[in-house]
Amino acid sequence: MNVLEGRVWRFGDDIDTDLIVPGRYLMYDVPEIARHVMEGTRPGFADLVKQGDVIVAGDNFGSGSSREVAARALGEAGIVAVVAKSFSRIFFRNSINVGLVPVECPDAGVIQEGQTVRIDVDLGEVMIVDTGKLLASRSLPSEVSAIMEAGGLVDFLKTRIAGTGS
Amino acid sequence: MGMTLAEKIIAGKAGLPEVSPDEIHWVDVDLAMIHDSGGPRRIWPMLDELGVRVWDPDRVVLVADHYVPAQDTGAAQILQTTRAFAAEFGISSFYEAEGIAHTLLVEKGHLRPGMLYVGGDSHTCTGGVLGCLALGMGSTDLFGVLATGRTWLRVPHTIRVDIEGSLQKGVTAKDVMLTMIGEKGMAGAVYRVLEFTGSGTAAMSVDERSVLTNMCAEIGAKTGLIASDETTVSHFEELGIQVDQGPSSDSDCKFLENWSYDASEMVPVVAQPHRHDDVVRAADIRNTPIGRAYIGACTGAKYADLAMAAEVLDGHRVAPGVILQVAPASAGALSRAMADGTAQILVAAGAQLLSTGCGACPGLGSGVLGPGEVCISTTSRNTRGRMGSPESKVYLGSAYTVAASAIAGEVIDPLSVMGTSV
Repeated sequence: MNVLEGRVWRFGDDIDTDLIVPGRYLMYDVPEIARHVMEGTRPGFADLVKQGDVIVAGDNFGSGSSREVAARALGEAGIVAVVAKSFSRIFFRNSINVGLVPVECPDAGVIQEGQTVRIDVDLGEVMIVDTGKLLASRSLPSEVSAIMEAGGLVDFLKTRIAGTGS
Repeated sequence: MGMTLAEKIIAGKAGLPEVSPDEIHWVDVDLAMIHDSGGPRRIWPMLDELGVRVWDPDRVVLVADHYVPAQDTGAAQILQTTRAFAAEFGISSFYEAEGIAHTLLVEKGHLRPGMLYVGGDSHTCTGGVLGCLALGMGSTDLFGVLATGRTWLRVPHTIRVDIEGSLQKGVTAKDVMLTMIGEKGMAGAVYRVLEFTGSGTAAMSVDERSVLTNMCAEIGAKTGLIASDETTVSHFEELGIQVDQGPSSDSDCKFLENWSYDASEMVPVVAQPHRHDDVVRAADIRNTPIGRAYIGACTGAKYADLAMAAEVLDGHRVAPGVILQVAPASAGALSRAMADGTAQILVAAGAQLLSTGCGACPGLGSGVLGPGEVCISTTSRNTRGRMGSPESKVYLGSAYTVAASAIAGEVIDPLSVMGTSV
């Protein structure tokens, strides 16, 4: 989890969750939805993605609807991390909760499609492997990274309230 | 130094004397809302996985609003799961087909000033209209709240949005928000809370104010807030609920920024396809024929919006070739519109009345758009494909603007049919 390396797919600013998962697919289960992920902005994207790939985007990634399946569908399609200049806060929380790594990187704009990036989550660093260029990213506060390290909120709460019921 | 309203509410729920922006705290949640789309069908399996029950069924409101009425068997099953969840976990505040969650929470008296309220929907921020901290989240966060009654928050900076003066005839809170979003961009307030103040805010009804807080989602804000005042207190009095005035920002608190707007300078505006921050004066739009006019959603089909549409449509007919659809935001709004003749005016003008619920706004219910269709809508988002086909186009405006455009058959400034008496 702490160091991830993957091939880059580039997107712009304000990629909202209606573009990631259009409303007409919300009816279905995540594997079916994942076949249409990003269809609103790049039709056919799901066929191009391989397990371990990374999305790099501009500002306000994941804005709009709170639909968590947007983060889940990206993960199901193979995306392991999203590196963006900034995130919509609901998408940011959703990503942490479902195990998709959100990396806030103000200089994400210099990363190009097809390059490979190595993300060191703990160190707060994104390296463009092709050029060796290092970009700073924001490390997660410890309270939040604890949820991500547990594998998401369900597993995090399992360790906290297991057996206690309510 | 004093605290902002948002900081005060978080400090209270974190059990701390004070909090500062960017700190992370675990807080107690007063009320949680889930709906049919992101609620039971996603959350129930997680509760089962942990073997836990809902922490306090009396603090949970469940609303079926996205898939009502069922359009196919898939939607029907989602609604069945929703009902079964209410029964299994003893959620007595369960509404089906009575309206959209954000409108119902305000209308039915579930919110209180100073509350920390979390909802599984991005327009949860609407609730800030009653002086509570209303935060939208996703399904797993809501699972966490339902399981434990707690969640973590990053303390936000607050931007004060001071709206002074009076809106002119034909100009609405929707025009104020679209103008602001056009100026600041859809990422204009990411992670920030917008607290609305000033004589312009004070003069608005709860319905109109709720557009200010509702559309905080469209500017990227964490939420919107309006400290409770006389209008808030009388809203609760009408519901038979006694409330204290509730907390407000300290006079010596620190706002990150101050934004100022003169309400009297506002004009009707429209957001153009496919970005809700691509905003122009309605009067500057030329030669844009429409085939659909849609009055719906939590943003734009409350009673006040239906009344605005009726004011314009009274004595007129919708233009040939235009379909005007009205999906009231709640049964309460529809009842009121029926009682005072508003609904009759809409129907007489040629409006097609659709069921109460989220409808075509998220591209789910009745009235979704096909390829090539051009619509003007009172909803809040016009992202490509939001209301149906990716090849459709959606303009966003107030109920005045949508009704006037329906009569004209093209996008127009409502003042051109209402007259400018001011």
